Amino acid sequence: MHGKKWVNKGVHPSHHKGTHDCMSQKITLPDRILMPMQQHIGAPCRLLVARGDRVKVGQLLGKAEKYVSAHVHSSVSGTVSGITALMFPAGNRVETVEIIPDGLQEMWEGISRPKHSTPEEFLQAVADSGLVGLGGAGFPAHVKLKAPPGKKTELLVVNSAECEPYITSDYRECMENAEGIIDGIQQILDHLSIPQAIIGIEDNKPEAVHKLRKLIQKDPRITVQILKTRYPQGAEKMLIYSLTGRKVPAGGLPLDVGIVVMNVNSVSFLSSYLSTGIPLITRRVTVDGNIVARPGNAVVPLGTPVGRVFEFCGGFTREPAKIIMGGPMMGTALYSLDMPVMKYTNALLAFDAKAADRGKETSCIRCGRCVEVCPMDLIPAAINQAALREDVDQLLRLGSINCIECGCCSYICPAARNLAHSMRLAKWQLKKASAKEGSVQ
Amino acid sequence: MSELIISSSPHIRSNDSSRRIMIHVLVALLPATLSAYIYFGVRSLVLTAVSIAACVISEYGIRKLLKRDMTIQDMSAVVTGWLLALNLPPQLPVWMAVFGGFLAIVLVKQLFGGIGQNFMNPALTARVILLISFAGPMTRWAIRGDGADLITTATPLALLKEAGGRVLPDMPKYIDLLLGNVGGCIGETSALALLLGGLYLLVQRVISPVIPLSFLGMTLLFTWAAGGPSGIFTGDGLYHILSGGILLGAFFMATDYSTSPITTRGKWIMGVGCGLLTGVIRLFAGYPEGVSFAILIMNILVPLIDRYTLPKPFGTPKKGGGTAHA
Ligand code: SF4
Ligand code: SF4
Repeated sequence: MHGKKWVNKGVHPSHHKGTHDCMSQKITLPDRILMPMQQHIGAPCRLLVARGDRVKVGQLLGKAEKYVSAHVHSSVSGTVSGITALMFPAGNRVETVEIIPDGLQEMWEGISRPKHSTPEEFLQAVADSGLVGLGGAGFPAHVKLKAPPGKKTELLVVNSAECEPYITSDYRECMENAEGIIDGIQQILDHLSIPQAIIGIEDNKPEAVHKLRKLIQKDPRITVQILKTRYPQGAEKMLIYSLTGRKVPAGGLPLDVGIVVMNVNSVSFLSSYLSTGIPLITRRVTVDGNIVARPGNAVVPLGTPVGRVFEFCGGFTREPAKIIMGGPMMGTALYSLDMPVMKYTNALLAFDAKAADRGKETSCIRCGRCVEVCPMDLIPAAINQAALREDVDQLLRLGSINCIECGCCSYICPAARNLAHSMRLAKWQLKKASAKEGSVQ
Repeated sequence: MSELIISSSPHIRSNDSSRRIMIHVLVALLPATLSAYIYFGVRSLVLTAVSIAACVISEYGIRKLLKRDMTIQDMSAVVTGWLLALNLPPQLPVWMAVFGGFLAIVLVKQLFGGIGQNFMNPALTARVILLISFAGPMTRWAIRGDGADLITTATPLALLKEAGGRVLPDMPKYIDLLLGNVGGCIGETSALALLLGGLYLLVQRVISPVIPLSFLGMTLLFTWAAGGPSGIFTGDGLYHILSGGILLGAFFMATDYSTSPITTRGKWIMGVGCGLLTGVIRLFAGYPEGVSFAILIMNILVPLIDRYTLPKPFGTPKKGGGTAHA
């Protein structure tokens, strides 16, 4: 069965899923680890260690103290060699612990199987695990799972759409750890008394569908639904609409329609955390791009420098011009190969100058393609013009705030206009304008 | 290692480009141009070439003069010149075509900022200016007789109007309309060639079917209902949409990106409006043909249509105030 709705928007970039059949391989320990105190959406953690401290695997390095935040744990045993302010691609600096691993990988004494008999204990365990959305968004999981007072979660949607080109991290989880995924789902349903779960998966992954379906035969609460392969099928609002026909209200959250969305890797991690107590310290990363010698899926200790991961995959065959953390549609271009792998790093891609070239921006020809593909039903061409004029009233009227930054508009534009970028600019201008208004009042 | 490129996502782009789209349009114009050559002779090709040259040179000149980026490589000036030529009578003096090309590019397109900025279709506006300035040569129709020379004729629509909406036995047959064996502008006479070109544009997804369908459908309906010799619903709607400039207009002119609405709802309004106006002008105004005027009138309304067909963002409640931009 195909998704119910949402069939005519979005784009079809070539899949490039060449790493589909690449078994995950553990990479060897790097000689340096960088652990930023913010690897999630939300507030940074409070640093708990200092230069010269010896740390162990799974030890808490940064404590989440704000409501929307997530703990950071050490992925290695070793010595803290320094605390730096690492510059992130967005230009902000984040407090970062640098650790020199000792190679012993000694487990921290504090690790134990978490108690999780009541819903409160369960949510506490999720928080303690340091889990954030592993599909690339990086939103703290315990915050997501907690239904605000008065609202009830009716449905857990498990996202395995993996609609971005190149990335096969979710698919590999389905193939290598389907049991873990199902167990994780069952734990969440049991503990939070959610009546049902749907796993959404694109129709280009039949083996994974088969594997999951076999495992859920005895649990009537869980179904697997096949989605049309289309980008951005995995965006929360689109996924929910495709699977249930429900529209998350503009400006709202999935919980407004009684739904929580989690990535497959996130649910299977929970399963393993509940049985071992080992927090989130490694993750699978798809390594690909047109200049990577041996593309594949690597299991990487968090904090490993990106360059080290590429080395593990045979290095580059040509000079890299662009390194992307995440997918080619929504990922972030890195300025340096020294950036660490973080909790939300689902892919690392490297491209040469030719592949990185998006073409020169020319005048909008009003072809309407951006309007045709925008899943949020916006008029990107008009928002682009308004943002360039800094016309805040017009930006408001055009509903710019609803943009999910999926990049479909920029992808399709024959004039190579940087539409998605101007959407970010638009939101920033709106924020600035409303702040000004606030200060006047 | 050299510097890494930092740019915001997305990092890939489809292989479409403005130039490729324009080249598709040129390909789609080939059948009509070929049929023009068959029925109007080599002169039609000369006019076409001259008009294209005039447009490209004008664009080159004015971009240089205004010190703007060079844009002739996007091929849009070629498209404009070609379309203008197809909208001219076959015996028009060559210098008038040059003048028309100059008007289209300089006055209509570039003075408003170039591609995507002009609010009236350049080729059509130039055509109408020529029509008003040189009414005689712009309404002198001719077709190749048995010999190689062109002989004067009337357009099927003029004949139809004269006959009060009745298709008389000595008027061009459907087959003539399909092939283009009738009087008219260079590129508007062969319905078959235009349908072929239109189909190509649809298949290549250069245009959406909304405007051509609603335009043609509306004119068909209207002329069938109101264009008959003996009362309501006796008109020959099919004869109407196979004659005159309507196929050229519906597929190639009313769909012009710069001068048509950007949303699908807006495109419906555009098409229905063009169809209705064409029908009204053809049946009730002094002219036998109304496609150019209809499209230009709708062109002027496009900003308004765009404003009122602004779609609600996904997830905005259907009724009530809601949070369109919360
Ligand atoms: S896709 Fe690009 S050229 Fe086409 S309307 Fe949108 S911004 Fe303009
Ligand atoms: S405007 Fe925003 S939501 Fe719409 S296609 Fe562009 S990036 Fe995606």
